[in-house]
Amino acid sequence: MPPNTKLRDMVHAGRIVEKQRPWARAIVRHETWRQATDLLSAGEWTLLGLWADGEQVHMAVSSEDHADFGVISVECNGNRFPSVGHSHPPAIRLERTIRDLWGLEPEGLSDMRPWLDHGTWNRPGSSGAERDGSRVLGPYAFLPASGESLHQIPVGPVHAGIIEPGHFRFTANGEAVVRLEARLGYVHKGTERLMMAMPVDRAAILAGRISGDSTVAFALAFARAIEAAHVVEVPQRAVWLRALMAELERLANHFGDIGAICNDAAFAMMHAQCGHLREAVLRVADKCFGHRLMMDQVVPGGVRGDLRPGGTELIRALLLDVRRRFPELIELYDHTASLQDRTVGTGVLSPALARQYGCGGYIGRASGRGFDARRAPGYPPYDALKFDVPKLEDGDVDARIWIRIREVEQSLSLIDQILQRLPPGSIGTPLTALAEGDAREGIALVEGFRGDVLVWVRIRADGHIERCHLRDPSWFQWPVLEAAIEGNIVADFPLCNKSFNCSYSGHDL
Amino acid sequence: MRRMLFKSLVRGPLTEPAPVADDAALAELAVQVDRVARARLGRTLSIREVDAGSCNGCELEITALNNVVYDLERFGLRFVASPRHADVLLVTGPVTTNMRAALERTYQATPGPKWVVAVGDCARDGGVFSGSYACVGGVSAVLPVDLHIRGCPPSPIALLKGLLALLETVQRAGNGDGETGRPAQPSSGNVDDAVAASQPEIERYE
Repeated sequence: MPPNTKLRDMVHAGRIVEKQRPWARAIVRHETWRQATDLLSAGEWTLLGLWADGEQVHMAVSSEDHADFGVISVECNGNRFPSVGHSHPPAIRLERTIRDLWGLEPEGLSDMRPWLDHGTWNRPGSSGAERDGSRVLGPYAFLPASGESLHQIPVGPVHAGIIEPGHFRFTANGEAVVRLEARLGYVHKGTERLMMAMPVDRAAILAGRISGDSTVAFALAFARAIEAAHVVEVPQRAVWLRALMAELERLANHFGDIGAICNDAAFAMMHAQCGHLREAVLRVADKCFGHRLMMDQVVPGGVRGDLRPGGTELIRALLLDVRRRFPELIELYDHTASLQDRTVGTGVLSPALARQYGCGGYIGRASGRGFDARRAPGYPPYDALKFDVPKLEDGDVDARIWIRIREVEQSLSLIDQILQRLPPGSIGTPLTALAEGDAREGIALVEGFRGDVLVWVRIRADGHIERCHLRDPSWFQWPVLEAAIEGNIVADFPLCNKSFNCSYSGHDL
Repeated sequence: MRRMLFKSLVRGPLTEPAPVADDAALAELAVQVDRVARARLGRTLSIREVDAGSCNGCELEITALNNVVYDLERFGLRFVASPRHADVLLVTGPVTTNMRAALERTYQATPGPKWVVAVGDCARDGGVFSGSYACVGGVSAVLPVDLHIRGCPPSPIALLKGLLALLETVQRAGNGDGETGRPAQPSSGNVDDAVAASQPEIERYE
């Protein structure tokens, strides 16, 4: 039996939730849930998300060939559910989070340390499963490393650069890293709970601020989830404008990253040149859409505003400028031996680990996992556009730079195609009111610059948000950074970390 | 690489020159910031950036201040790696409860005279995150704030304007009551002991 049939069978063996679109969701028995866990750990399925709504725990999965996507849910009897992380490590932090946020206990999970909860929250109990106020937590117990001549280096949460806060605990033997353990959660803002009972338009603003660098991707994933629930057709022009913004966002971030990675290898010239390219993209975005990062431009039902007059010409000029300047920079990177010496063979992520964790974006693609949400499950207008998904096997810092370089080239071509074929017409469809008692659910997977963004939403009959879950790609990327750094020297950590460029805010929510 | 370096030499700086029609504001700022900064601080003001829960949008624009177009350092303003080297804390985010202790400790580690600038709408009053169980809601709830720079996120130009305003504030305070014109301690210094004990050191890294 092919794996994707299995997924479909398993979902359909459960109690199908009729109101969820576009993927089927089924409530299954604990026994089926455990079978699903086995399939995840056997590598037949990939975990796309694991979250709770207070009563149920949901698992979004895809078959290994990405032909089939689905969600299964399990009821929590007595606030407990069978742990997935028990046999499938990528789920561990997600389950620790479920425990922190909802007080639901993953049965069988060995790592019961809190994750996002640092014991500081000011939270009165509101639904059945919650505790009152914050937990009293002792000092965080970092995982031990034993051996001769080991020493620990604590770093953060406040870092030396202009970056987000998080704590890294290194155990080193001389210069070599023996173990790295990250402690995150410092920027947890309680976004998902803030969204509860919010009107959709206000929740969309929050969705655009899960991770500022991926604001278009998150706003798009949120909008698509809402539209799936409402069964709304978005006008073609809006669909194409969204893709235009998403590709501009990808360009800007990749330029920033390529420069910043080289800067962490002390090659400032690349940083200066790429920073200039990034600024050029942001300025064009500002002139075309009225915001440098294009925040709040993608809204449920369409886009907020049309491409401003002269926008097409501005973007065309930008493409011309980038195509003139970028090849020189690629050559510079490729021909600078001192830089290559730092990036080649550094921070290797094995293809097996990338596959197990379902690493998305440049991290997965640099380690042989060619998944791209624009291809599968796919969404318009990418089905009508020509593009390649670059893939490498080396898994080192160098490969992650090359994937970004190739993706810049693909995005340039995509923007070209979009400008050529941008259809006329309206840019938004209003969301209509739902019938009395007609609560709905929607789910969407969108490819941000960093990887696949998952958004699941349940809306009440009055159109307000009942529950919303937004899963940043970083959830499946942070854990493997700890593996990639092993055996590298401490001084190469910034280089490795920047080549991953995981989101703290997107992860901490 | 030699070819590129040579080209850069011949081409001249990418940094925006003073009279650009599009960005007259930036050109105007360049002159003013330079004059005030020199008068008060002998050309230098060191800034330590602290993300206290931002979505990272503000960080992107603050980082942009260092690019060749805005080139913040030409004004004598520079980002430093440790609060111990800083005159100014540039704080972003709605101050998450998980970052509160680290923010307070960063402030305590900064030698006086010192100033706090809250960057972005979240840092002003919690912004779109106000009301959350996990946010304190605005930097001024934790530290004495000298200046708010609005925006979501503020553009690099808005940030430059804000820093100019800060320099003017600094000058006024310097001529007036004491070094900062305010008490040197944070308005709320109650660092929870248990949390403080579990908080790692502020390290120079990355």
